[in-house]
Amino acid sequence: MELTVLEDTVFNLIRHAAIHLPPDVKEALKKAYLNEESEIGKIQLKVILENVELAEAHKIPLCQDTGIITIYVRAGAELKGLDKVEEAIINAVKRATREVPLRPNAINPINNQNSGDNTGRFSPQIDWEIVSGDILELSVLLKGGGSENVSSLSMLLPGVDFKDLKTFVIETVIRAGAKPCPPTVLGVAFGGGADLAVKLAKKALLRPLNKPNSNPKLAKLEEELLEAINMTGIGPMGLGGKITALKVHVDYAYRHPASFPVAVAFSCWALRRASARIFPDGSVEYLTLNSEEA
Amino acid sequence: MAVYYLKTPIPEKEIRQLRVNDVIYITGLIVTARDQAHRRALEYIKSGKPLPINLEGLALYHCGPLVRREDNEWFVLAAGPTTSTRMEYFEAELIKNFKVRVVVGKGGMGEKTTEAMKKYGAVYGVFTGGAAVLAAKLVKNVRSVEWLDLGVPEALWVLEVENFGPLIVAIDSHGNNLFIEAARKVEERKTQIYKMLGLHS
Repeated sequence: MELTVLEDTVFNLIRHAAIHLPPDVKEALKKAYLNEESEIGKIQLKVILENVELAEAHKIPLCQDTGIITIYVRAGAELKGLDKVEEAIINAVKRATREVPLRPNAINPINNQNSGDNTGRFSPQIDWEIVSGDILELSVLLKGGGSENVSSLSMLLPGVDFKDLKTFVIETVIRAGAKPCPPTVLGVAFGGGADLAVKLAKKALLRPLNKPNSNPKLAKLEEELLEAINMTGIGPMGLGGKITALKVHVDYAYRHPASFPVAVAFSCWALRRASARIFPDGSVEYLTLNSEEA
Repeated sequence: MAVYYLKTPIPEKEIRQLRVNDVIYITGLIVTARDQAHRRALEYIKSGKPLPINLEGLALYHCGPLVRREDNEWFVLAAGPTTSTRMEYFEAELIKNFKVRVVVGKGGMGEKTTEAMKKYGAVYGVFTGGAAVLAAKLVKNVRSVEWLDLGVPEALWVLEVENFGPLIVAIDSHGNNLFIEAARKVEERKTQIYKMLGLHS
């Protein structure tokens, strides 16, 4: 695997995610603008849409909080040189911080020193999955601090079906209020151990908004939760209105008989993600962007 | 919902006429300050030390901008608001001591800030979270930067702005707070929501 191809691809994905919203997210925001009834809520969505266009026109990150960076790697087991992937990702992050530019957001929590280049212990966060084949698939998620701060985990009683899960999700959304920059996208995951639930909830944000859940029962749960969330009246930026969330994505894992973890992850309206596939011949297919934008 | 165009330094009288849900645009100077800058400002207040800039009549902006430096000159590329609730612990003291007239942010502020705004004459204006490029386009010039040792996001950026907004007045100087009101309304709707979900609580 050519390391320069890998580094360039990660750099392009970060730059793209920071500047352009994916088409499905833009579509959802436009629909939200049309459906919002509150006057102030509508102003917020109008400003959001204007900002998205300005960012694209001037090639500037759409939000000053370019977020914490998570790179999801799905690596074909037949690939050689996987030990070099992390180094290439770190180089791409440093370069993106200088050239896009990104705001330096990696802070050593022991002494509050900002590393200045978005790298440090476990930064960027890299999530590995080994799959069969010889393709390397990369997804980048840039997530701001405001939405990260309202993430939540609860270890529920296993005997009460989905009732406590629904209550927990609604209470979490109400507690979050205006803080995660609504309208949000929610990732909800249940089952697993605590760590897996949190991880799956965040990863659920990668699913395109126009792709329904493959499990009909979960698809129904997603719709039900979305309807309930939008009944809260929190609205765009928490200033009141009909549209508090754009979408809810649910995922699950098998659980221990005694445990029922539920995790909720939020994305602000600026759901910034981008994906690409690198083939053995070095060619790159960008999955969320047009080639001229890369 | 009325629309106002304000120029800094903003007199208290102009602040007193504003009501929640009004829309304001600010021309003049706004100064960014987030977590660490608030912490340091509070230390300065306690030790009687003056701030590097006089905030009287100005707007204080909860923002950690994305900037670029070219030939010793700073340019603001993106400058949307950060969540204001984290500054709740500090803000009342800053309003009291420095006569800040507008606090700009997103996500809302609490009772202590609402009280201080009522007592000393200030409002809280919400700028749309994430609308950072739009905000940066309204910045005409970086007047100066102070406390850069705190890091780029945490420094005090003194920005010249033109018609900075729309800012929704979410806390006025008469004790009204849109976010506290909204939270109460949400609580009232909970019964209906849980009924829809087939839950009884």
